[in-house]
Amino acid sequence: MAEFATLGERLAEHGISRRAFVKYASYLGSLMALAPEVSRSMAAELAKARRQSVIWLSFQECTGCTESITRSYSPTLEDLIFDFISLDYHETLMAASGEGIEHARKEAMAANKGKYIVAVDGSIPLKDGGIYSTSAGQSNLAILEETCKDAFAVISIGTCAAFGGIPKAKPNPTGAVSVADIIKDKPIINIPGCPPIPEAMTGTIAYLLAFGKVPELDHLGRPKAFFGDNIHDRCYRRPFYERGQFAKSFDDEGARAGWCLYEVGCKGPVTYNACATTKWNGGVSFPIQSGHGCLGCSEPDFWDKGGFYVPLSGSVGPTAKLVGGAAIAGAVAGLAAAAVARHRKSSLNKG
Amino acid sequence: MDLLDFARGPAINVAMAVLVFGVLWRLFALLFLGKPVDRTIPRLGTPGPFWAGLREIGRRMLPHPTFATAERFAFFNGWVFHVGLAIVVFGFRPHILFIKNLTGLSWPALPSGVIYAVGAITALSLIAALVKRITSPVQRFISTFDDYFTWVVTIAPVLTGLAAVGHVGARYETLLAIHILSIAVLLIWLPFGKLFHAFLVFLSRGQTGAFLARRGV
Repeated sequence: MAEFATLGERLAEHGISRRAFVKYASYLGSLMALAPEVSRSMAAELAKARRQSVIWLSFQECTGCTESITRSYSPTLEDLIFDFISLDYHETLMAASGEGIEHARKEAMAANKGKYIVAVDGSIPLKDGGIYSTSAGQSNLAILEETCKDAFAVISIGTCAAFGGIPKAKPNPTGAVSVADIIKDKPIINIPGCPPIPEAMTGTIAYLLAFGKVPELDHLGRPKAFFGDNIHDRCYRRPFYERGQFAKSFDDEGARAGWCLYEVGCKGPVTYNACATTKWNGGVSFPIQSGHGCLGCSEPDFWDKGGFYVPLSGSVGPTAKLVGGAAIAGAVAGLAAAAVARHRKSSLNKG
Repeated sequence: MDLLDFARGPAINVAMAVLVFGVLWRLFALLFLGKPVDRTIPRLGTPGPFWAGLREIGRRMLPHPTFATAERFAFFNGWVFHVGLAIVVFGFRPHILFIKNLTGLSWPALPSGVIYAVGAITALSLIAALVKRITSPVQRFISTFDDYFTWVVTIAPVLTGLAAVGHVGARYETLLAIHILSIAVLLIWLPFGKLFHAFLVFLSRGQTGAFLARRGV
C-alpha cells in the first residue's frame, strides 16, 4: 500500500470525492447520534487524520470478529478506513510469521509509544498460568499486559474480549476473563457482539481518528451511539408484540407472517445493539429479520442466561425440583399441624 | 449474575417454593383439622351443605340490599381491581409464557395495549382503595399492618410492570428485574397475609353458607 499523509489523500487516490466522504461522515455521525455541526467537523478532522497505529491481538476467539470487519459489505469506505489504519500486528492478516512479527509488534509499540491503539478480540485464559492460549511462547495475559502498557486506548472487539464471551461460559474451563478484568489504567472501549457490527467497529475507530478521544460510553463501556437502544424498541416486528401476535415455533403460520419472536426466546428486549437499525451486509438484514430470535450476543454472559429458546418472562433454574420439594414439605407440615391441633383438642375435651 | 438473572432465577424460584409450601401447609392444616360434631338437628326444607355453600358464594358476589348504598364504592372498586388484576395476570402474553414455562398450560393473549390500559385502571383502583381506607375513620381503625403491606405488595407488581413496558425511570432489563422481584415478594407474602383469601374466599363463604343453612338462616 502506498504511503499517504492523511486519510483525505488516501480516499482521493481511490476516487472518493470530498462530497462522498462528507456524506459518509454524516452517515457515521448520524449513526453515532452526533449533532450536525459535529458531523461536519468529524468529516474535516477525519480527512486530516494521519495513519493510526493499531496492534490487533487475537486471543481465545473464533476469528469471527476479524471476518466480520474484513468481509463487510465490500468495497466500502469502512474498508478504506480499515486499510488506512496502520495495522502493525494482526496474526490472522499478516503474511509473515514467527519471531519477525513479534519484532514488528515491539517496533510499533516503541515507535508509537502512548499513541497506538490496541484492538483485542478473544478472551484471556488465566487458569493454570494461562497455558490454554499462548503465542510465541507467551501467555495471552503476558502479551496483553506488555502491549497495553504504552497504549493510548484499548478496543475490545467482540463479546469474548469485552465480557469473556463463549470461552467464559460455564464451567469456564480455561478461567477466561475480559480485557477490562485485566487492564485497569487505560481507556477501554467495548464493542461486543458475536461478531460485532462492522459499522460499530469502524465508526468507533473513525471517531478516535477524528477527535482523538473516546466516544461516550454506557455503563458496560460500549459506545452509546451503537449500543444506546435495545433491539426490541427498534425492531420492525415490535407492532406484532403490541398486538399480542407471536410466532409459537419457527415454522408456524405466525413465523411465516413475520410475527414477534418473543415466545420462541428472543432476547431483543434486554439486548443493546444496532442490529435492528444498522443491520448487516450493507443494511440487508439482521438475525430477527431472517427469522431467528435475538440471542443477546452483545450482552455479558449471554451464553448462560437460561436458554436461547426460553422466553424472557420464563423462570430459569431448577424450578420443578424446588417447587416439588416445597409441595411435599408443605403438605407434611400442614398434616403435622392438623394432627397436633387435633391431639390438643382431644386432650382438652378429655380434660 | 446480574439483577435480571437473579430475579429470573433464584428469586422467583425460591418465591414459588415458599408460595407452594405456605399454601399447602395452611390448606392441609385447615382441611385436616376435623369438623366439630354438630349435634343439632338440621332445619327441615333447607338445601344440603354443598348447595347451601354454593348459594352463599353467589349471594356474596353482590352487596346485601341493606348495605348497597353504603358499600357502593367498596363493592364497585373491589370488582374493578380484582377483575383488572385477573386480566393483567392471565391476559398478557409474557405472563402466560411464565405460567406455560411452569405448567405447560397456555391460552390466547390479549393485545398488549388492552393490558396496559387495564393495568393503569387497576393501579388507579388500588390507589382509590387505599385512599378510602385512610379517609374512612372506621376502616382506618380496623386496619392493621397486614392490610397496608398487602396493598403494597399487590400494587407494586402493577406499577413496576407498567414502568417496565413504558421504560420509565430505568433501563428495561432493570425494570423487568424489579418487576419480577416485586412478584417474588407478593408470592412469598401471599400464604401468610390477607392475600391468602385468594385460596380461602370461596371455601370460607361456602362453609358459612352450609353452616347457616343448617340453622335455617
